[in-house]
Amino acid sequence: MKKILLILKREYLVRVQKKSFILMTLLGPLLMGGFMGGTVFLATRSIKEKVVQVVDESGLFKDKFVNSGDVIFDYTALSLDKAKQALPKSQYQALLYIPTIEVNSPKGITLFADKNVSMMLQNQIEDIINNELENIKLQKAGIDKKVLEQTKSKVAVGTIALSAEGETNSNSGAAFGVGYFCAFLVYFSIFLYGAQVMRGVLEEKTTRIVEVIISSVKPFQLMMGKILGVGLVGLTQFLLWIVLSWAVVTATTLYFSPKSAPIKIEQGMSQKKDKKEQLANQDETSIGKIFKALETQNIPLIVGSFLFYFLGGYLLYSALFAAVGAAADNETDTQQFMMPITIPLIASFFVAQIVLQDPDGALAFWLSMIPLTSPIIMIVRIPFGVPGWQLALSMALLVVGFIGTTWVASRIYRVGILMYGKKVNFKEISKWLFYKV
Amino acid sequence: MNILQANHVVKRYANHTALNDVSVSIPRQSIFGLLGPNGAGKTSLIRIITQITAPDSGEILFNGERLNPKHIGRIGYLPEERGLYKKMKVGDQLLYLAQLKGMSKAEAMDKLRHWFKKFEIQTWWGKTVEDLSKGMQQKIQFVATVLHEPELIILDEPFSGFDPINANLIKDEILELREKGSTIIFSTHRMESVEELCDHIALINLSQKVLDGSTKDIRNQFRTNTFFVEFEGELNLHYTDFTVLETQVVDDQFKRVKIRIQSPATTNDLLALLIQQVRVHSFKESIPSMNDIFIQSVTGKDASIIGNETRSIYTE
Repeated sequence: MKKILLILKREYLVRVQKKSFILMTLLGPLLMGGFMGGTVFLATRSIKEKVVQVVDESGLFKDKFVNSGDVIFDYTALSLDKAKQALPKSQYQALLYIPTIEVNSPKGITLFADKNVSMMLQNQIEDIINNELENIKLQKAGIDKKVLEQTKSKVAVGTIALSAEGETNSNSGAAFGVGYFCAFLVYFSIFLYGAQVMRGVLEEKTTRIVEVIISSVKPFQLMMGKILGVGLVGLTQFLLWIVLSWAVVTATTLYFSPKSAPIKIEQGMSQKKDKKEQLANQDETSIGKIFKALETQNIPLIVGSFLFYFLGGYLLYSALFAAVGAAADNETDTQQFMMPITIPLIASFFVAQIVLQDPDGALAFWLSMIPLTSPIIMIVRIPFGVPGWQLALSMALLVVGFIGTTWVASRIYRVGILMYGKKVNFKEISKWLFYKV
Repeated sequence: MNILQANHVVKRYANHTALNDVSVSIPRQSIFGLLGPNGAGKTSLIRIITQITAPDSGEILFNGERLNPKHIGRIGYLPEERGLYKKMKVGDQLLYLAQLKGMSKAEAMDKLRHWFKKFEIQTWWGKTVEDLSKGMQQKIQFVATVLHEPELIILDEPFSGFDPINANLIKDEILELREKGSTIIFSTHRMESVEELCDHIALINLSQKVLDGSTKDIRNQFRTNTFFVEFEGELNLHYTDFTVLETQVVDDQFKRVKIRIQSPATTNDLLALLIQQVRVHSFKESIPSMNDIFIQSVTGKDASIIGNETRSIYTE
């Protein structure tokens, strides 16, 4: 045990002191924040404005195409042919041609453009035409548009989850987002740190230091020390990320809505018992809405189970990664052995997107029990609410699973690390399991 | 007393037997040469002694006690394939390896200071291993092997990668370690260093021990009763006791011949004859070198005879 600790300490310190680790830790939240901020920024920001020339032969749409945002409509009296000829050299990006049409069966409306027009522009034009045709039809039928508008109502349905503890605000959008984000993080970090374990094993093997070390410690101790050390690096990184993200988020919130946001976060902390106040609090900024949605989640449960499933999944997979590192002779050799490990991992990440649609289905249930897929699938389900017994069973199975893979991996490892310059295949490796060393 | 005794050790792998009933005894405070061609089973035996693997049958006694994990800290091992963590600093690395052997940090620090001073490498402490030349790395590795003052030191090809000056330095260290009470198992192909250093040897070929004993005994065993004589004059040896194997005429008068004495005749009989006939310049026994013994044993020339003799010499 003392020796495992020594190895763990070395693996941990070597990695934590690396420049890349410090850089990743600092840049992680910034990149993440920057990425999200950038997406929002680009989505709200108008791109270059487009000018569309309109040839309206029907005369039905006079002044109906109103300039909006990034699209400017310009009516012309030119004939279609002339306008078409002039289009490539003009300042117009597109030419909308509306022939004389039947209101009931409008045909022949065409949009000419030198390049393909965007879906958005096409939709926008279609909406205007549809809308106008509808109006004309309504008028023909003798219904005033204003009357019709008054009959319309706008309803936003608030979802409330009923549970033993009473009513809590729920938000399936937030559950979706949180689940997906956590699943991605688990998936990504298993790969990231698992590969680090593999490379570490390979390094010891190729530099031949492994022979010196295992004349002092048992191969199992070396493997466990490395896996735990790297795992601790991962945990450190996550904890730092959580702390830093919290700081960044708080700072951003303060910047966007100096008065209300911090109070809301406090509400989230205090288990948001005051439901009425929250429901009353309808007029919020969009960022406020996001936080509000996040508040509906049981944050301690999510963070707790995230850490558990990250650790469990990491331990399970990194043992296998260690075995791959031991079986291979160099980095390129690892590819063939990686396949059986990466397939369940990648598959579960893709299936996670199906599970998000149906978090309580049979697929979701079984995959969240199987240890190879549960670290990703269960973490997807947790924000939607998972029965306690399922969570407990899944966790127990994950522990069993990782003990199992560790056993298998350690058997491969102890043989593999002393096998130099020999190409092995799966058949050979399976024999190692039963070697007496 | 023997520090290490291997009794009937057998080690099998899936497709071949690496060690087939190998027994060796390594006397305390000796330098023991473990010889054999590549793939003979030397490394397998070493890995069993260092407890990297375990034998399928047979036992290893360390100081008369069955080998167990407690002994790990009392054995130092320098593998043939050297390796250190490339990106780790020399000082940290040595401290780490010493702690894995069970030393406390303070103790390791103390010993390290001594070795760094002795090898005059104090300035290397903060350097990463990849900044050192290969020879320098070898020195560090040697320090790592002996730092915890092991009773038994196993050196696999310790001189490879060293220039003659550093090789001598290491050789002196090995001798000094023996003076201080350590036992050294020395595995090598370089027979001249065996002749220089080893008190005892064991030769392993094709998973079996084919030869072992003290260097002196083995060389005696391989004596063929052949002598080189340099003389002036005419020599006529028409006796069945003596066979002239080679004659080399250096100039008209001066000759060099190789003579085998058939027992029961002795060197004195030969000398008596020589003195009567010629003026003797030199008389020297042709003793086989370790190299000759190695090649002769391994290539199988007279293998059956050698095998039988070995068994009779080896007494338990």
